[in-house]
This record gives sequence, structure tokens and C-alpha cells, in this order.
Amino acid sequence: MSRRVVVTGFGAVSPCGLDAESTWQSIREGRSGIRSLTAFDTSDYASKIAGECVGFEPERYIAKRDLRSMDRFIQLAVAASAQAVRLSGIAEDDPVKLDTGTLIGVGIGGLAYIEAMDKVLLEKGPSRISPYFIPATISNLAPGQVSMRHGLKGPSFTHTSACASGAHAIGEAFRGIVHGDMEACVAGGTEAAITPLGVAGFAAMRALSKRNDEPARASRPWDVDRDGFVIAEGAGILFLEERERAVRRGATIYAELVGYGASADAHHLTQPAPEGEGAQRAMRRALADAQLAPSAIDYVNAHGTSTHQGDLLEIEAMRAVFGGHVSDGLWISSTKSMTGHLLGAAGGLEAVISVLALRDGVVPGTINLDHPEPSLRGVDLVPHEARRRPLRHVLSNSFGFGGTNGVLVFAKA
Amino acid sequence: MSIERGVILGRMRSVIAEQLEVDPATVNEGTTFVDDLGADSLAIVELVLAMEEEFDVAIPDDQAEGLKTVGDAVTFVVAHAGEKGTPKKAAS
Repeated sequence: MSRRVVVTGFGAVSPCGLDAESTWQSIREGRSGIRSLTAFDTSDYASKIAGECVGFEPERYIAKRDLRSMDRFIQLAVAASAQAVRLSGIAEDDPVKLDTGTLIGVGIGGLAYIEAMDKVLLEKGPSRISPYFIPATISNLAPGQVSMRHGLKGPSFTHTSACASGAHAIGEAFRGIVHGDMEACVAGGTEAAITPLGVAGFAAMRALSKRNDEPARASRPWDVDRDGFVIAEGAGILFLEERERAVRRGATIYAELVGYGASADAHHLTQPAPEGEGAQRAMRRALADAQLAPSAIDYVNAHGTSTHQGDLLEIEAMRAVFGGHVSDGLWISSTKSMTGHLLGAAGGLEAVISVLALRDGVVPGTINLDHPEPSLRGVDLVPHEARRRPLRHVLSNSFGFGGTNGVLVFAKA
Repeated sequence: MSIERGVILGRMRSVIAEQLEVDPATVNEGTTFVDDLGADSLAIVELVLAMEEEFDVAIPDDQAEGLKTVGDAVTFVVAHAGEKGTPKKAAS
């Protein structure tokens, strides 16, 4: 009997809330976290909206003198991880810490700090660069800082696969625990790329929504009037643990992680493969890994970013994998309609949402879905409002630029 | 203590308090950066950068290594202040 992996803690900082429960509450109520962008002057920008973690106070988690050694993406990861570790109830002196990993995915890294230091370099020269520049910006200092803060001495590294980073980190943590490399793991994703350069870069790809006068209505997956994704930031973290161990110590088990699938499109920089072929294979692998028939999935938390092509190809891929189940019993929604797109943190946050959906038997809605694409008639995209439903299994999709796909399957505890 | 040395020490206290998040009242000439203030090697580099900005001095690495106490830093600044040009900031 192979080792099983359960979720015994979770944490989040998101545009919809500064912890996991408040984020979930907001999402259950269908409230958007998208506002006018405030991080910098957007006068010259085509897209002026974002999902910022408004009110996030890193000082609540990190001593003030340590803040300068961390870009915001690390601060967000530290905060969400502290929530997850605390909820797990792992004792300060629990020997499992020796075998607890920290795998936290990051799509981009410390962009804000890089931009600030580049300005210093150009204006004042190389001797003025902070000694914290490198440790504050490199991606693996997110899991690195978390490992130091909690004394977690298992494997620690970052998975970088654009918008699938968080999902891949959780999937690889799952593999590591099943394989016996770890007994537990703090796993998820973090991102903070709402910077002048970050937004300019995504805008240059024509990827961002320009619905600037209606921020809360801008992220509208599968709606005919969608015009791109809304950039967002945050972190979503799970505390994963080998099941027998969690049961022995009497931990509260929120869900079980039962399957993981990854694949590459090998097709294009940014466009998904025709028919969502790569996504299909990742979903099939995850279902096979979980030893589940497609009909066992009750809810799919879709990647659904609110882009023209991606939204349709994801459903096309699901039709190929799930067959008639797509229009007969399967519920599909995109919580990015409320959170915006957290990039490398998306898979982490959506894993937290999937776990909470299972726990509470609540499927979050896809807000702003006023006029669904006609080709999707018959597919239940859970428009506008969350609905109650006892859930057995939830599948979460994450796809990234570069044609990289990560799929997780969670089961009710 | 000369007037100038006292002024420099006051400004030094502010720089150190801001950089290391310590109470300036606990910082005096005999305070050591590593043992008393808990500064690691990166924190010291960052602190030296801040001193260079505050006092408009250049503190070469080989000299910086010799600055063990706050008094050492004050002595260095008194000897070299303004060598790079006119101080940019008034004493605050």
C-alpha cells in the first residue's frame, strides 16, 4: 500500500483576503478582489487594474529589520506559510521538522527589488547596491526563508513554471512524500509582480484586461466580452503530511491529495496547443495517478484566466478527457474571476480553494459570466454564485507560458 | 568629547537605529556591531553603505573590517568626513 498524503494546514494572502478563511469567505460570497492599481502611477499604462493584497502588513509576520532582506513575494510566502504551519498544529519541537520540506513555486521572482536596484546601479553605481539584493530577489529564498523561520530541514527549492509554478510545487511535494523523501511539506506558490516592469511586460503581450473603469467586472472567464487576464499577487500554501503520521498525532485532516499530472505542450511560447492537447495529457495523468474515472470528479477549479483562446481550449481539453461528463454532472468554475491571476501563486491559492470547497461542500461561482460563449452551452460553469454540493473529488488545473501544465486532484477527507 | 564627535555620534545612533531596528538609547561608543547589535556580515555591509550615505565618506572594505565598535566608526568619520565633497544632508 503506497503512502498517502493529506492536507493538515493551509494559508493564503490574496486580493480577496489576508488569510485563507477570509479569502474563502469572500470567494464564497462572489466578491471580486480587483481594484484600480495603486502600486505605481499607471498614467502611461493601457491596463490600470490589479488584484493587490491591499492592507497586507508584513510586519505582522516578520521583524522590521528583516523586511529589507526580502522582496514582497518572499514576505507573502512567509505570511501564508506561517498560517499553514500554525494551523497544522505541528509542535515547535516535533522531530518531523527534520523531514519536512519547503517547496514553494515562484513564477518571476523579486521584480520590484530588481527594478529598485537597477535604478540605484544606473544613478549611483555598483558600489551602492545592497548586499541583500541577491537574497531578497532569488526565487528559492521564498522556501528558504520559510525553512529558516520554522526550522524545517527537509528538501527546499523552488519550482518555476510560470503560472503553473504553485501547482507543480504541490505536485512534486506530493511525490516526495509518497516516495519517502519527506514526511511533510510546506508547499504552494507565491508571486508579487505588480510592478512597472511586470505590468508593462504582460501588457506588451496584449495579455491584460483593459476594462479599467470596471475593475471588479474585468476578470470574466468564458464570457464573450472578456478581454484578457487581470494581474494579481499573493501566496497560497498547503501543509501536506503523510497520512498515517497525521492520523497518529490526531491532526485535523482537511482533504487528501490523491493525484498529480504534469506535461508540456511543446508547441508555442504562450499559446496553448491545439485542442488543449498538453492539458489533456496532464489531466489524464492526474486521474490515472489518483486511480479515478473522470466521472468521479465533481468539480474542476479551472485555470480559466479570462483570455480568449485559453479559456476555450481548456474546456475543449476537458471535453476530450471527461467526455459527456462535462455537460452532465461536472461543475467547472474559475475563481480567477474574483482573485485575478496570481501567476506563480495561482496554483497554490487554487489548491487552498479546492481544499476548502471539499471541506465545506461549496463550489465557488464564476462571477461576471453574463454572456457565456455560445459554444459552451450545456457546460455548467457555475455562473455568478457559489452553490452547495457534497463533493467527493476536486480537480485543479494550472497552465503556464512555455506550454507547461500541472493538474492536482484532491479527495474529501 | 569634541562637539563634532558628539554630533557625529548622535547621527551615527540614528543610522544604526534605523538600519538594525534597535533603540538608539542603547547605542554608545563601546557598543559592538556583531556581539551587541547582532549584525551579521550582510547587515554590516548594508550599515556601512548607510554610513557612507549619511556622512558622505567612502569606507573601503579593508577599513570597514576594522570597525568593531560604534566608537571606531565615529573615529573614522571624524577623520574622513566630507572628503568626498560637501555633506549632502544636514545633521538631523
